[in-house]
Amino acid sequence: MANSQSMCTSFMGELLTATHNFGTAPVRAASTADTFRGALYLASATVNASTTVYSSTGEVTGAGYSAGGVVVTNGTAPIATNSSATAGVAYWTPSASLTYTSVTLTTAFDAVLIYNASQSNKAVSVHTFGSQTITAGTFTLTMPANTTSTALLRLATT
Amino acid sequence: MIVTTTKGEMDDSLLEYRSGEVDNDNEFTKWTEYWLDGELVHRSAHVTLKKPAVFGGGETASFA
Repeated sequence: MANSQSMCTSFMGELLTATHNFGTAPVRAASTADTFRGALYLASATVNASTTVYSSTGEVTGAGYSAGGVVVTNGTAPIATNSSATAGVAYWTPSASLTYTSVTLTTAFDAVLIYNASQSNKAVSVHTFGSQTITAGTFTLTMPANTTSTALLRLATT
Repeated sequence: MIVTTTKGEMDDSLLEYRSGEVDNDNEFTKWTEYWLDGELVHRSAHVTLKKPAVFGGGETASFA
């Protein structure tokens, strides 16, 4: 046996469930999972790694679409999987598609911001796709498979 | 089939149907359109994310 320097995979998984706190703890009303939402952004908008919080600036507007987007279905808890003594992945994926039903979004959009509606709308991640418009129709964003290599959110050691 | 359009619900036999697909490393997208006399009256799209492109296939955090 030998020791191996590594961030513990369990720790990464626990980051996704707010088990550890190295700073000032957020105030939580409950120990249950937070509510996350997905908002769509115009192709002309600027949402990226520097985005810290949901904003309606650059968000799509149109019939049938409510500012702030839709609730993200969160039916599967984060998973942490070790791949070796020095590597592992913690990951999470929404458990259902994000569906924007009966909307008209005539200005091209190409991004969704996932954000935490339970924690002052703090940003989680931005995901881009080819520009779309919707006319009296439905926009559906189906999630990737919830695996160590394709999950929507992954924290990994190498 | 009844289609919801900007003109209300219409039978698809009255409309011109168009569709297309995009398949790349980031997404598989299929869109459908219905046109009436040269006017787009319905468009839907279904995007399936293949992997979190924002992370570039790498890691969001690392420890070395």
